[in-house]
Amino acid sequence: MSAAHMSAHEREEAETHEQRALGFWLYLMGDAVIFALLFATYAIMIPGTAGGPGGKQLFDLNNAALETVLLLVSSTTFGIASLQVKAGNRGAVMGWLGVTFLLGAGFVFLEIREFVGLIAQGAGPDRSGFLSAFFTLVGTHGVHVSMGLLWILILSAQVMTKGLTLPVASRLYRLGLFWHFLDIAWVGIFSIVYLPGLL
Amino acid sequence: MFGRLTIEALPLYSAIAAGGAAVTVGGALLVAIVLTWLKAWKYLWTDWLTSTDHKRIGIMYIVLALIMLLRGFVDAIMMRAQQAMALNAGGYLPPEHFDQIFSSHGTIMIFFMAMPFMTGLINVIVPLQIGTRDVAFPWLNAVSLWLSAAGAGLVMVSLVIGKFSTAGWTGYPPYSGIEYNPGVGVDYWIWAILISGVGSTMSGINFIVTILKRRAPGMTLMRMTPFVWTALCASVLMAFAFPAITVACGLLALDRLAGMHFFTNAHGGNMMNYANLFWIWGHPEVYILILPAFGIFSEVVATFSRKRLFGYESLVYATAAIAILSFTVWLHHFFTMGSSANVNAFFGVTTMIIAVPTGVKVFNWLLTMYRGRIDFHPSMMWSIGFIITFVIGGMTGVLLALPPADFLMHNTTFLVAHFHNMIIPGVLFGYLAGYMYWFPKAFGFAFDRKWGLRSFWCWLIGFYLAFMPLYILGLKGMPRRMETYNDPSWQPYLMVAAFGAFVVMCGIGCMVMQLYVSIRDRKLTVDRTGDPFNGRTLEWSTSSPPPAYNFAVIPTVADREPFLEMKEKGTAYARPAAYEAIRMPSNTPIGVILGAFAFVLGFAIVWHIWWLVIVSALIMFAAVIVRSSDDDSEFTLSAAEVKRIEDERFRLMGTGR
Amino acid sequence: MKLASRLRGTTAAAGAALLAGACDLRHAAVLDPKGPIALAERNLLLDAFYVMMVVIVPIIVLTIWFAWKYRASNTDAEYAPTWSNSVKIDAFVWLVPTVIVIAVALLLWRDTHRLDPYRPIESKEPTTEVQVVAQDWKWLFIYPEQGIAVVNQLVFPAGRPVSLRITSDTVMNSFYVPQLAGQIYAMAGMQTRLQMLADQPGKFVGRNSQYSGGGYSQQHFEVVAMTPADFDAWVARAKAGGNRLDAQTYPALAAKSRANPITYYSAVEPRLFDTIIDKYRHGDHAGHAPARRQ
Repeated sequence: MSAAHMSAHEREEAETHEQRALGFWLYLMGDAVIFALLFATYAIMIPGTAGGPGGKQLFDLNNAALETVLLLVSSTTFGIASLQVKAGNRGAVMGWLGVTFLLGAGFVFLEIREFVGLIAQGAGPDRSGFLSAFFTLVGTHGVHVSMGLLWILILSAQVMTKGLTLPVASRLYRLGLFWHFLDIAWVGIFSIVYLPGLL
Repeated sequence: MFGRLTIEALPLYSAIAAGGAAVTVGGALLVAIVLTWLKAWKYLWTDWLTSTDHKRIGIMYIVLALIMLLRGFVDAIMMRAQQAMALNAGGYLPPEHFDQIFSSHGTIMIFFMAMPFMTGLINVIVPLQIGTRDVAFPWLNAVSLWLSAAGAGLVMVSLVIGKFSTAGWTGYPPYSGIEYNPGVGVDYWIWAILISGVGSTMSGINFIVTILKRRAPGMTLMRMTPFVWTALCASVLMAFAFPAITVACGLLALDRLAGMHFFTNAHGGNMMNYANLFWIWGHPEVYILILPAFGIFSEVVATFSRKRLFGYESLVYATAAIAILSFTVWLHHFFTMGSSANVNAFFGVTTMIIAVPTGVKVFNWLLTMYRGRIDFHPSMMWSIGFIITFVIGGMTGVLLALPPADFLMHNTTFLVAHFHNMIIPGVLFGYLAGYMYWFPKAFGFAFDRKWGLRSFWCWLIGFYLAFMPLYILGLKGMPRRMETYNDPSWQPYLMVAAFGAFVVMCGIGCMVMQLYVSIRDRKLTVDRTGDPFNGRTLEWSTSSPPPAYNFAVIPTVADREPFLEMKEKGTAYARPAAYEAIRMPSNTPIGVILGAFAFVLGFAIVWHIWWLVIVSALIMFAAVIVRSSDDDSEFTLSAAEVKRIEDERFRLMGTGR
Repeated sequence: MKLASRLRGTTAAAGAALLAGACDLRHAAVLDPKGPIALAERNLLLDAFYVMMVVIVPIIVLTIWFAWKYRASNTDAEYAPTWSNSVKIDAFVWLVPTVIVIAVALLLWRDTHRLDPYRPIESKEPTTEVQVVAQDWKWLFIYPEQGIAVVNQLVFPAGRPVSLRITSDTVMNSFYVPQLAGQIYAMAGMQTRLQMLADQPGKFVGRNSQYSGGGYSQQHFEVVAMTPADFDAWVARAKAGGNRLDAQTYPALAAKSRANPITYYSAVEPRLFDTIIDKYRHGDHAGHAPARRQ
């Protein structure tokens, strides 16, 4: 293979990653439509408590605030990991991904604990339309975060075995987009679901 | 072990249902036997099922669409036959069977006929028209195909194991909820749509990136063909409208599986939210289907009028306007739900505004024919038949967009006639025009004109006979979906409609003959030029069928009709001094594996076989992880190999036919 | 040959059907309204139809004419292979549909408000109130003022407004009387409205137009407009029967049944209609109104 050919190959590869980034942005926008419709559904169903408890009785703002802190900090740590990718610092990338994973896992743990608590008080998703909408909206976000955690594990394994190659770095870039997107979705949940219940 | 699946699930409750199951199983067995006899399994696997070539994926989409067209049509003619004889319970189908048939007819025709047909045509043609070697994400493209096939498979298997939904293709709750429909039918419907819907969303994203990022040098946005423009707009709608049906069906599934109360009558459910969610997808869906058909008409009318397309800019702006407006009209599907007069009037007016850009397009096609030299190729006939018939459907659409008039005719056969009047002449005629236009490009031999024209006439006449009576019946107050009726004055119209369906059946027969005759005579009608119709756009500049890499040298574009321009300047068919090596996507079995396990997953959820749900989900996860960790999904075709293929092409072109 | 004869036969059949259809159309329910609401709705339909013919007919004629005139074999016709735009024509093709749409949109805005099914008919005559309940697969009509109820028959005095409150005790239905009122959905836990008035005494057909399961096709009812005197006599006859509709007898009526005969109830529990709605709204916050309640 000639050097000229390799550079053409590299150019092609760069274009491929650019296309993947655009495709991933489009996926996130489609996902945003899903969240928008779940938000709208939740707003419509706030009165549909069918005699059961509403948000005021159920939601614990402290827990939600803690979740918010964990997720926002995890976004920052992911940002640091991204900077370390650019610096080519493999060990630091692994370390910051690890911190991000722990924060995300903490978030998921708090959410599951909240869900289990609600179900134990008889306020499960089958209690009323309102609770169906709450569990589905917040749960959909939680499933996304869990997928993100799985993805962090997979990419950490790739960083470990393959190093910060171009394909791995481009995957980390898309995971970053995904992780920050989940932050934005959570800010929406915090302000639309948890805050109004306490005002 | 098998959830709620027992021997009771076999359709032995009626001879007709058992017959349908037998035909389905028999057909599948027959295909398997023929493949075994031809020893074609290996060829099928290596060259087709695992292929990531956009042309082959496109062709497989179209094969799926044509098979499902047959299935959906059998449903149609069974309904027409039933209603023709159903005066005072005189029909041959019980209500519990008739309602499965109208539900599967609509579901199949929209999701598993029209969608794959459109996706297939875009797949085969768009990369060729924009001068690229493949779509942006070839592997994802294969996954989309196999998810669509998995959805279609679920609908087909519901004929044999269990029953299909009886809730119509729109699946309105609370009727489709667990309280009123505890069986498996609605679950089959939900999972078929959810699985294929994921595929459609990914197709949309794939085409957007392909069109925005992979155009040949010089092809600015305003030099893209009308088909590429309409494909782009349809893809944007696919990417952003399909999430809505994912939400609608997903929440309905949660109601049914997890006892939630999104759409139930009681416990705070809100069925009206479903109607909104469904049609937020449903109305853009109409334009997802019809915009590419508009694009095809634009190509066909220009080529066969041997004239430049009139008003290209107008056409592009009209397309974009329709795409945007399509998100603002969904409420017109339920003016009768009791919204306030202001809301109804708003959505009525936005609906009518869409008639403006649509009218502009009709004028543009008309003016393209004006002072042309019209060749009545079957594709041109589909286009002319489309214009004449479509304006009637557009007119009745505007009538239904008037809320007070809609109160009179909503849910009647007038509505049924209206949307068939949009979807048969608008969507299906467009796809058939494209199918007959690009067939020689995809296979390298001519597509028989005579049988194509016969098919056209049968479809056109059959359409008028089948649906004009339904307009009248709607005016006479006949609701849709009636399995029996007591008004004797309806029956003559229903008999004419049934006869119309029979004429359409002749049209489908002609399509089968066209395929048979064309394949039989393929050696006589082989096309070495790659350009049988004096084409104007890039797909005609390469050989037929195109090589795997489409273009040995990526063309440089300087005109809206680049190939015509090259032919006029004499630069068409120019060969480079030296060929370069080409990187191509490798084949992979992971698409077909994902599709197969998506099918198993859907089936297992329908029957509540939870261990199988977990197993198939894990396998799908593993497949995606393996594939997404693969850094080298391409192979290199050497310059020498490219030269050999091109030399062969030009040698054959020199020998002529 | 076979195909040609089939086509001829088809054309003949189509012609015959069209002719028969044209005669029959005058009596088609939607085009033959018997009250002011349906009449106004029909008139809007026809007005819009005529306005659109201004553009539809020329397009159809031009398509056929151009296709014929510019056929490839007609080498006498002009041929302009590169003529592809004209500002004047572009302006024309955008303006004509725009003007037509504006015209129809004005009609639409006016009539959608005028014919809002929630707006009571203005009349000097007294209004008859009827409460309508969709059930599997029949219709229950409750007359709160008269204290009676009827299954599958809606009777009222001609020349007087009828104001309907509609709900469902099952899945979504659509209450449809094409010659008098059009239609509106019936949904459980909610109440929708429809107004109608019959100019003359007469019998009409009412149906459910929203598929609702196995008995749907037989879920039709008789609509009878009578002179006020006949109506009073009809009420008196209904009251003379011994059937009561109350919490005990209602569940049997609401159970699934097909092709029900017309049945009269001489007495109805006063708040039955509200009870049917409320049972789906148990404990809901007051004021939450998914569909407009009045």
